[in-house]
Amino acid sequence: MDNILPSYLILGAILFCIGLYGALAKKNAIIVLLSVELMLNACNLNFIAFAKYGPVPSLNGQIFSLFNIAVAAAEAAVGVAILIALFRQKGTSDVVDMDSMRH
Amino acid sequence: MESTYAQLAWIVPLAPLIAFLILLAVGRQLNRYSAHIGFIASLVSFIFSILILIERLGEETNYTWNDWDWLSVGGLSLQMGFEITNLNALMLVIVTGVSMLVNLYSAGYMKNDDRIHVFFSYVALFTFSMLGLVISENILELYIFWELVGVCSFLLVGFWYFKPEAKAAAKKAFIVTRIGDVGLFIAILLLFWYMPGHQLSFSAIHNALSEGAISSGIVTLIAILIFVGAIGKSGQFPLHTWLPDAMEGPTPISALIHAATMVAAGVYLVAVTYPVFEASATALTVVAIVGAFTALFAATIGIAQNDIKRVLAYSTVSQLGYMMLALGIGAQVAGIFHLFTHAFFKALLFLAAGSVIHMVHKQNINEMGGLGKRMKITAWTFGIGALALSGIFPLAGFWSKDAILAVAYDENPLYFAVGLIAAFFTAFYMARVFFLVFAGKPRTPYEGQEPKESPAVMTIPLILLAIMAVVAGFVFTPFNPWLGEWLGGAAEEHVNWTVMILSNVVGLLGIGLGYLMYKKGSIARDAVSSRVPALYNLVHNKYYIDELYQLIVVVPLKALGDLLSLFDRYVVDGVVKLAAGSALYVGRLGSRLQNGQLQGYGLVSLVGILLLMVLLVGRRFFHVG
Repeated sequence: MDNILPSYLILGAILFCIGLYGALAKKNAIIVLLSVELMLNACNLNFIAFAKYGPVPSLNGQIFSLFNIAVAAAEAAVGVAILIALFRQKGTSDVVDMDSMRH
Repeated sequence: MESTYAQLAWIVPLAPLIAFLILLAVGRQLNRYSAHIGFIASLVSFIFSILILIERLGEETNYTWNDWDWLSVGGLSLQMGFEITNLNALMLVIVTGVSMLVNLYSAGYMKNDDRIHVFFSYVALFTFSMLGLVISENILELYIFWELVGVCSFLLVGFWYFKPEAKAAAKKAFIVTRIGDVGLFIAILLLFWYMPGHQLSFSAIHNALSEGAISSGIVTLIAILIFVGAIGKSGQFPLHTWLPDAMEGPTPISALIHAATMVAAGVYLVAVTYPVFEASATALTVVAIVGAFTALFAATIGIAQNDIKRVLAYSTVSQLGYMMLALGIGAQVAGIFHLFTHAFFKALLFLAAGSVIHMVHKQNINEMGGLGKRMKITAWTFGIGALALSGIFPLAGFWSKDAILAVAYDENPLYFAVGLIAAFFTAFYMARVFFLVFAGKPRTPYEGQEPKESPAVMTIPLILLAIMAVVAGFVFTPFNPWLGEWLGGAAEEHVNWTVMILSNVVGLLGIGLGYLMYKKGSIARDAVSSRVPALYNLVHNKYYIDELYQLIVVVPLKALGDLLSLFDRYVVDGVVKLAAGSALYVGRLGSRLQNGQLQGYGLVSLVGILLLMVLLVGRRFFHVG
């Protein structure tokens, strides 16, 4: 295929939207974290695609996506830690019950 | 002396005003001594009025003071002030004299009332308003005092406000006279519009109308509208219904307001704007017809009433009709003269009736009787008043009624006949009341204490008024028309023996019939009412005028009011509630966003980001600005 960039971008966009939907609409907090990971991975795909097939091919995209993976991992760890603390408090991992950030 | 007392005429209304303010401030502490304040103020006014009158006896020109610029708009300014003419001076004496005697009398009559200080403050306010009305310099100022007098009448008629009849009567008095006041106000507006220089003072009106400055159609309209105001205040048909109901008020104020002064304000108004009426023959005819009709109409109702005060109230309406008749046929002096004498003997009759009511605690004449022996002074003075009212020679009422009937005889035999028949009925119902109340034996027992003569503070005014009822007539007899010359430079009176003898005969016939029916019993009391009960019911129920007004005025207006209140409740309030409700609704919607749900917050941020992106990228495609 001559121009394969749009395919990668479309795949990235689809994955991002799936992740977005999960982050906004799912009940279980673990699934929400999972969706956030999915969104980050979709961004990684975007970076890699532009790094290889974009107008100015370079290594910057690949290096940045490595950073992104690290950040995602750290953020997942923190997220799970918070989730465990909340679970100990509330007894449930339902995001609807986590509503103390109110007026 | 150069108008020295006329210059001080402003003191005359000021004294009662000061009394009013004092009583308003410290009346409750003064309690029964409020009577003293009221009496002293009215005495001061009376003395000044007498001085002004004596000074006026020699004067020719009127004294006017109108230097107070009340309202200056653009190039136009409305003045306020006072004016002393011969007519005014006479009215001042009448008002202050009767007011002084009523103040004295009320000290005894209202002695046991808790709100006596309120009573005297209202009486002082009324006296102030009436005196201000009488010395008004222009018709707008007169209107202000006219309204004030109406308010005082409302306050005093509804004095015993815990009685629902008194409350209703006060409202009725105010509202019915208000209908007349609308006519008067429209007349003032028309005068303001058409008078050269937009002048409203009485001297300007006199000058403008004698020059013919206003077209005759407008003059007729103005005159009739002024007369509408007089109809309301003086209780002429068809606005007479408030006067009998106003008897719910204390009897001293029935004497003051509804016999001698306030109802005379209507007659005074026509007299003081007489140039307007003189310029329009139609208006004069209207005045005469309404007056004559009312005189007869009210007299026929008076013969079938059983409440002593109501008989006197209808008598007042009837006598005011006589005064209007006099004014309508051009006998201005006779009308004012009748006002003068009527003030005295009607006030006398009311105060004497009050003396009876005070002792007996009843008002139905069918339940009284035999009081002549027990209350000699009251009986004698009432008798003198009744004879004066019936027009018996040589009492005051005879001369004034004769003056009117003499002119009516020359003018139009129909007016004369109506006046004569009304005089017959007048004599009859007064004799009826006198014999039922004072003669014979008590019809129902007087429970409680035995009625005896009233205290001196109540009988002295009766005696003084009785003296006036006897002698006041001699200022204007056909043999000595002094009052006519002094008031209006009127022509000589020729002696009309026919009229004099006829009116006396008719009066004596009425008294005789009353005597036969109610004292001797030769004619049965129900000689007419048993044979023609429909006739009796008609007059006893006042020709059902009140019921008619209820049907054609009150019911439709109330229905309209209810309709409008529904509109107010559902439409106007609905709009307000809609505004409030929608604000609340939007608020409630908004608060649903602040529920602590992270995913909701996330959605809102997403929508915001998308919107921002569209706007940023769209700039390239849409080119705004």
